Amino acid sequence: MPKHLISSADLDRGEVEVILETASSMHDVQRREVKKLPTLRGRTIINFFFEDSTRTRSSFEIAGKWMSADTINLSAKGSSTSKGESLRDSVQTINAMAVDALIIRHNQSGACHQVAGWVDASVINAGDGTHEHPTQALLDAYTLRSRIGDLDGKHVVIVGDLTHSRVFRSNVITLKTLGARVTVVAPPTLMPAGIGSWSAADGFATSWDLDEVLEGDDVPDAVMMLRVQRERMSGGFFPTPREYTVGYGLTRPRLKALLARNPRALVMHPGPMNRGLEISADAAESDASIVLDQVSSGLAVRMAVLYHLLAGEEVAS
Amino acid sequence: MRDLLITGAKIADGEPADVLIRDGAIAEIGAIESADGIERLDADGLVLLPGFVDLHTHLREPGREDAETIASGSAAAAAGGFTAVLAMANTTPVTDTAEAAELVYDRGRAIGLVDVFPVGAVTKGLAGEELAELGLMARSRARVRLFSDDGKCVQDARVMRRALEYLKPFDGVISQHAQDVSLAGGSACCHEGEISGRLGLPGWPGAAESVIVARDVQLARHTGSRVHVAHVSTAESVEIIRWAKAQGIAVTAEATPHHLALGTKLVTGYDPVFKVNPPLRPSEDQEALRAALADGTIDAVATDHAPHARHDKEHAFEAAAFGMLGLETAFAVVHDLMVRSGRMPLADLVERMTVAPARIAGLAEHGRPIAVGGPGNLVLVDPERRVTVDAAASNSLSRNNPWHGMSFTGAVHATILRGRVTALDGKVHDQ
Repeated sequence: MPKHLISSADLDRGEVEVILETASSMHDVQRREVKKLPTLRGRTIINFFFEDSTRTRSSFEIAGKWMSADTINLSAKGSSTSKGESLRDSVQTINAMAVDALIIRHNQSGACHQVAGWVDASVINAGDGTHEHPTQALLDAYTLRSRIGDLDGKHVVIVGDLTHSRVFRSNVITLKTLGARVTVVAPPTLMPAGIGSWSAADGFATSWDLDEVLEGDDVPDAVMMLRVQRERMSGGFFPTPREYTVGYGLTRPRLKALLARNPRALVMHPGPMNRGLEISADAAESDASIVLDQVSSGLAVRMAVLYHLLAGEEVAS
Repeated sequence: MRDLLITGAKIADGEPADVLIRDGAIAEIGAIESADGIERLDADGLVLLPGFVDLHTHLREPGREDAETIASGSAAAAAGGFTAVLAMANTTPVTDTAEAAELVYDRGRAIGLVDVFPVGAVTKGLAGEELAELGLMARSRARVRLFSDDGKCVQDARVMRRALEYLKPFDGVISQHAQDVSLAGGSACCHEGEISGRLGLPGWPGAAESVIVARDVQLARHTGSRVHVAHVSTAESVEIIRWAKAQGIAVTAEATPHHLALGTKLVTGYDPVFKVNPPLRPSEDQEALRAALADGTIDAVATDHAPHARHDKEHAFEAAAFGMLGLETAFAVVHDLMVRSGRMPLADLVERMTVAPARIAGLAEHGRPIAVGGPGNLVLVDPERRVTVDAAASNSLSRNNPWHGMSFTGAVHATILRGRVTALDGKVHDQ
């Protein structure tokens, strides 16, 4: 296992599979009455969040606590640059306290890369700007596998604001690592720069037409809808919410068309959802939806990540 | 003032000769007997060139003396073989008055390592709205001829037009940082392309530069005034400049060593030392810049030396300051990349690093041929010596050096300002 988990590309297929298998046994722990494991006793984990987060932070916090680590939450939102303190100063103060892991969320891409070069602790990326969110990709893979088994050869469609999505960037890597085929769909204005050469190099497909993808020969096994932030409209990325929904929303007719072709197709969303914009209430509530499973998998997957990054070798021996 | 005798230096493509400098000017060239009281500089195997001229530096004084001062920037310039540098106006306060310009000019003279010529702001406070006191700066002791809002682009075409018209009586020139803010807004921090897409960094496209270059050459044609395009970074800008020159429009351009030699791939590790404006571009752009420098479409090399305090660089990439050091490494980089590789002869490097920039900025005492009666502003270089860049050894106060650890063939041996050795092997000789 690598020391840090900064990008989904840090994990090879074997490592992803080991983490997902461990997550499965952690999921069993979650169902016990007494959930505490002694695995990380004496270890200190700091959740260092430079950006607001409820779900990811609490999920990492509980994961650490159930494994008996001392977990501390630090919120540094707006505290660093606005007060003239550099990112390096902020994290080195923490590093001086001999912590074992720093779980970092930051509103700017690449922050975790930089931090990993400055500290001794393991760095886990809990979302950096519009770059990556590797534990989200792991929990998405875990959720998918628990429903449809091995992802080798499965077709996953990711739809929405790709430009600003760290969920997309991590998922496209982890899904490819596990052998899935990926198609990404967005209007041209929400496609990241250079997506043409990028998709060709990394072997995934792109489309501006959601219906064409849903009705294409390669029937989707899962459709992952990404959150569209309404403030993107001020940037002129698309004209109106209505027009976005008509072009790219998982509407009731689209869900019906999808399920008609593949009754076992799954609907995913990393949350929080804009119901009525990128996903209809019917799609979110349907039997095909595994949105809530994604949330509950998060805990088990993060326990597995902490276990392998912090205690892996020790426990194995 | 002591005489200086440089012995055995190769001058241009000629045979080695001795050069005697007396009272700041070249007094004699040939086989010269040494006499007592004459300082000697042994130049066997070295090449003597006119001292380099940098159209684009940030010396940070007044305002950010923790990052650089006119003294430390002058030292870096002297170590890099420069005898004249243009100091950009984006200081605090901004160089937008005669008094501000004279402060920089006088400070440079008092330090005496390099002639520091202040660049005047085009608009008050670099705000892009009202003209700065262009005429008073031109009439001042500092004799400002080059004006720029560098760091910012003059967005408003009407303001740009008026400025170009206004500076005609004193043959001024506007050095434009070509960048359309509506295409390169807010948090944009690198070249927009596959790498920025993968890294999730907001970027800006090459078109943000070339649309302004296209507009400015039309304004230069309309007004008949001179436009200088600062730090050209894209193939499209090069094409427009080449076209404009073919039409006889008075446009000149500069390229930096880093845009010539370093590519956008370097930002992959999110190291803010590679964050610069304009951003490092893909290899197609780099190749276009190299070809344009070789064929003269790009007239000059300029460093855009931009020192920053550590705490302004050690942020997440988006929040870190733009800019990198360049004065001490410029000759080595350009010599290795352009001359040693066979892209252009040494004579063209001399043209791009001293003759053309001196002409563009209107500096009479720099970039002159080495001849009797000419100014004693010279540099001795060793085209064969290999140098490895060590950021810690810099004369600059800052350490944002993208060249650290890299090796180049071509070294500055000594720099001479009006007959005085200002730097020898990277060590500065104070007055």
